[in-house]
Amino acid sequence: MLRLALADISKQYPAVKANDRVSLRVAAGEIHAVLGENGAGKSTLMKIIYGAVRPDEGEIRWNGEPVEIASPAAARALGISMVYQHFSLFDTLTAAENVWLGLDRSLSLAAVTARIREVAGVYGLDVDPVRPVHTLSVGEKQRVEIVRALMTNPKLLILDEPTSVLTPQAVQTLFVTLRKLAAEGCSILYISHKLDEIRALCHHCTVLRAGKVTGVVDPAKESNASLSRLMIGAEPPPLQHRESRPGAVVLAVKGLTLAEEDPFGTALDGVSFDVRAGEIVGIAGVSGNGQQELMAAISGEDVRAPAGSIRLFAADISRQSPRTRRRAGLHFVPEERLGRGAVPTLSLAQNTLLTRTRAVGRGGWLRVGDVRSLAESLIRRFNVKAGGPGSAAKSLSGGNLQKFIVGREIDAEPKLLVVSQPTWGVDVGAAAQIRGELLALRDNGCAVLVVSEELDELFEISDRLLVIAQGRVSPSVPVAEASVAMIGEWMSGLWA
Amino acid sequence: MDQFALLIAATLNSGTVLAFAALGLLINERAGIVNLGAEGMMLVAAVAGFATAVHTGNDWLAFAAGAIAGGALAAAFGVLVIWLNTNQYATGLALSLFGTGFAAFVGIRYTQEKLGEQHSFHIPVLGDLPFVGPALFRQHPMVYLAIALTVAIAWFLYRSRAGLVLRAVGESPESAHALGYPVRRIRLAAVIVGGALCGVAGAYISVVYTHLWVEGMTAGKGWIALALTTFATWRPARVLLGAYLFGGVTMLQLQLQGEGVQVSSQFLTMLPYLATIVVLVLISRNASFIRVNMPASIGKPFFPG
Amino acid sequence: MLRLEARPEPSRAMSMASPLIALAITVVIGTVLFVLLGKDPLRGLAVFFIEPVKSAYALTELAVKATPLLLIALGLAVCFRSNVWNIGAEGQFILGAIFASGVAMQATPSTGDWFFVPVLIGGVFGGMCWAGIVALLRDRFNANEILVSLMLVYVAEQVLNYLVYGPWKDPAGYNFPQTITFLKSTQVPKLFAGYRVNVGVVVAAVAVAAFWVLLFRTYAGFQLQVGGLAPAAARYAGFSSRKALWTALLLSGGMAGLAGGLEVAGPLGQLTPHVPAGYGFAAIIVAFVGRLHPVGIVLSAILMSMFYIGGELAQSRLGLPKSLTGVFQGLLLFSLLACDTLVHYRIRRKT
Repeated sequence: MLRLALADISKQYPAVKANDRVSLRVAAGEIHAVLGENGAGKSTLMKIIYGAVRPDEGEIRWNGEPVEIASPAAARALGISMVYQHFSLFDTLTAAENVWLGLDRSLSLAAVTARIREVAGVYGLDVDPVRPVHTLSVGEKQRVEIVRALMTNPKLLILDEPTSVLTPQAVQTLFVTLRKLAAEGCSILYISHKLDEIRALCHHCTVLRAGKVTGVVDPAKESNASLSRLMIGAEPPPLQHRESRPGAVVLAVKGLTLAEEDPFGTALDGVSFDVRAGEIVGIAGVSGNGQQELMAAISGEDVRAPAGSIRLFAADISRQSPRTRRRAGLHFVPEERLGRGAVPTLSLAQNTLLTRTRAVGRGGWLRVGDVRSLAESLIRRFNVKAGGPGSAAKSLSGGNLQKFIVGREIDAEPKLLVVSQPTWGVDVGAAAQIRGELLALRDNGCAVLVVSEELDELFEISDRLLVIAQGRVSPSVPVAEASVAMIGEWMSGLWA
Repeated sequence: MDQFALLIAATLNSGTVLAFAALGLLINERAGIVNLGAEGMMLVAAVAGFATAVHTGNDWLAFAAGAIAGGALAAAFGVLVIWLNTNQYATGLALSLFGTGFAAFVGIRYTQEKLGEQHSFHIPVLGDLPFVGPALFRQHPMVYLAIALTVAIAWFLYRSRAGLVLRAVGESPESAHALGYPVRRIRLAAVIVGGALCGVAGAYISVVYTHLWVEGMTAGKGWIALALTTFATWRPARVLLGAYLFGGVTMLQLQLQGEGVQVSSQFLTMLPYLATIVVLVLISRNASFIRVNMPASIGKPFFPG
Repeated sequence: MLRLEARPEPSRAMSMASPLIALAITVVIGTVLFVLLGKDPLRGLAVFFIEPVKSAYALTELAVKATPLLLIALGLAVCFRSNVWNIGAEGQFILGAIFASGVAMQATPSTGDWFFVPVLIGGVFGGMCWAGIVALLRDRFNANEILVSLMLVYVAEQVLNYLVYGPWKDPAGYNFPQTITFLKSTQVPKLFAGYRVNVGVVVAAVAVAAFWVLLFRTYAGFQLQVGGLAPAAARYAGFSSRKALWTALLLSGGMAGLAGGLEVAGPLGQLTPHVPAGYGFAAIIVAFVGRLHPVGIVLSAILMSMFYIGGELAQSRLGLPKSLTGVFQGLLLFSLLACDTLVHYRIRRKT
């Protein structure tokens, strides 16, 4: 008898059929992966299992009995618990208070605190219940989420992309915890797009593509290539790699020490590195280690850097505004698309004006025709699927908006392009295109700095790698000499 | 000495209005909703309370009427802001403008009315103590209720699970929603309670403080109450203290006017408003201090999944 | 059960229909109110919507009332689009009137007829100074501009009272709190003989065009709007939020001050405690109902003037209280905010 069986589940949204007759079978004590690229329908499926969304058709069986999961509370009552990719934590409350809020009311706060220590000990999860959550690292916050889920004595635990915030070593520790849980009879649904992890951890894998199931396989018997084929219908197009021939130093960061602006942020401590023309430097690191602060200092959103700590072609730009830096050839693609890289309710044409001012005439007059034609050319050149230059930015899919924003900056012919999380939340096709564009840019002599939490991506496109941890930056290493294990150690701050 | 005791008594009296209003606003702000309609709600409640007192002669019914009036207006505001996600600032302003006009409209009939017998209050034994007696123990019961309310709200926020839930909702409605809490209903409840307390404050002004109805009689107290919650960094005890402080400034300026001090009356009348500005400046100077203490979701719209 | 579903693009049709629906709702509630008050609803509606446009004279009166509302609302539209909440336009209006009066009182019998220009400039300056205080306190001390600008309204009222009861009181005025009646040279020239409408209308028309250009055809206007729509994007683009703050406040303060100057140099001809007529607050409603768009604001200013004039007529002809105007104005804004949801959301049956 299966712990969870979904049969012919369908869910239609106005613009898209998110789930199309999806079936899923999970046995007791099984670790089952749900693999698919962004937009394949994984999160809708999980929301249905977790009670946040009702399916249009199909049947759910729990331990053989048909059930209707009407709400997250109903799911919890059945024994289904979920750890989200984006934590549902309250920064100003303690870990214990956070966990308490996630449980039903019967226990007192003191009892919960004691229980947290117990559970954490049993599963090897290091969690201090009395610390306010905002003082915790991202990995520690995830542990609080997992402890919260475990304290509900789940029969089915759903984990949504759990390793995007972990160092490779921490990922192994998590796997130990999960295997222990599975051995005790808890079923686990593991949502991911990381093929290596799925093959290492999971007993079975259901692959989704465009809302349909394309395969149910034993990952140990599959290769990355075959899983990729199921996931995107083909193997990912290989990227053209040419020898990098680095030229002069374009960006020189030296001794960048910066106190945090946000009380919940990370301070930078003596960050030093440089980026040369014609090379891609990748900065690896788990989120929350100072990447945001470093990006803001380089882009000019934060102008408090000590004088001389950031130089572009030997000129000191540490205190300059983003507009001045852009005029000198420094362009930036931020990790948040909507709300920072683009204004959601403005059109694509208007959004070009954020960083491209060729259409601004004397006295600030806007040449509306020129603005529009720039947007049109970007849409064409970068293969952006959009209604037209007049479409609102928020009407585009994540991948297409990212193509537009990256395209907008590449089209400016920068001397230095800084990109943060270039393919986060982007479908595989668009991701491949974007990475290809970055490589082409590099081949044309531009200096490129990429910050990403996806180690695979960095290994694929970078020439040199650095790691950022707790606000400090490691020495750089050519990518050929780097290994995942080494970078993983460095992510914990342990470079020589 | 007598004068001073009376001044303290008057300060408590005046501060109680701000206390009720600001405590109410604190509750809805803790849930993440800022209600700029305080002034309008207080005026409508003042008229409602006064009318009830005129027709029934019962102060407690008048307070109830005020609370209902404030709560009803706040509910309308809440539905718009929470379910239709209208801009909180604009909607609150609309409420203030509407409330001011509506109160003036309804209140026309009551501008010449006077309330009946006025009770005086006197706590036995305590009220007879020298100095402290007239200063502290001869107040309307509502004054003591305000203090009790402060304690109750502090206990609620920091010692009860429901208060923790409210604070969580104010900090991150998205996370609270993911945990399965009925965020919108919680916020509406907070908004209604806040409106009801503003209503009590409004009724207190017309029924106890002045025994009159005059158009626009709150003279900005609703706005000062809003400033108070920021000044008190959303803590109940500090709200009460701030309310008495402002009450004190108001009383002081009336005292000085009465004594024919050589400053023209208009400058003295300005004092509470200038004081509010000064206080806002002082507390806001440290932007990150405010950010750490402010319920993080204030003013931002919430869209459940 | 109904639920709201986000539209991928804001609906242009609803954007224009929403104020009309809101007006319809207000009219319906108004009709109910008239009936409850025992008055003939048709007469009531006529007084509000037909009387104010019946004759040439009525139209010019409409223009006189609409001009200050329009001017203030244009400035407020820029402010609100920049997410700067200037609620104290009433206070800036008062200071504009005060400064304008101060200049006007310098006129002597031999001053030329051009003198109304410095009077109006004085008004602009006064409004800008008062709004500048708000900008300064927000810029340097992070003080919330809503509360500061509002507190300054109360302070402005007291300053006005102090002046007209004290140093500026007309010694020949029978001890009434009012200044001298300003000389004709300070008065804004009238457009047509026999009507009260003056050059202010022309100023307002020019302002509408200027603000449209500012908002939709200049980079500065674009920067202001981005600052209001997505502050992180404005930061990313390098748009100065300080510049936006000061521009928005000085511009709206100046416009409110100009309106104040026009009032004293126009219809009133002197400074009295009754100068503040609530235009600063009504203009907030005008700005929103006009969708924060210069053309929309023209229409909503005319609509609001109809409410004002209708209110006055309702009082004199139907015996209805003047505060009814305030009720209608508030209702209009409420309904508009509710209807505006439909611009960004569709109503769907819950599946």
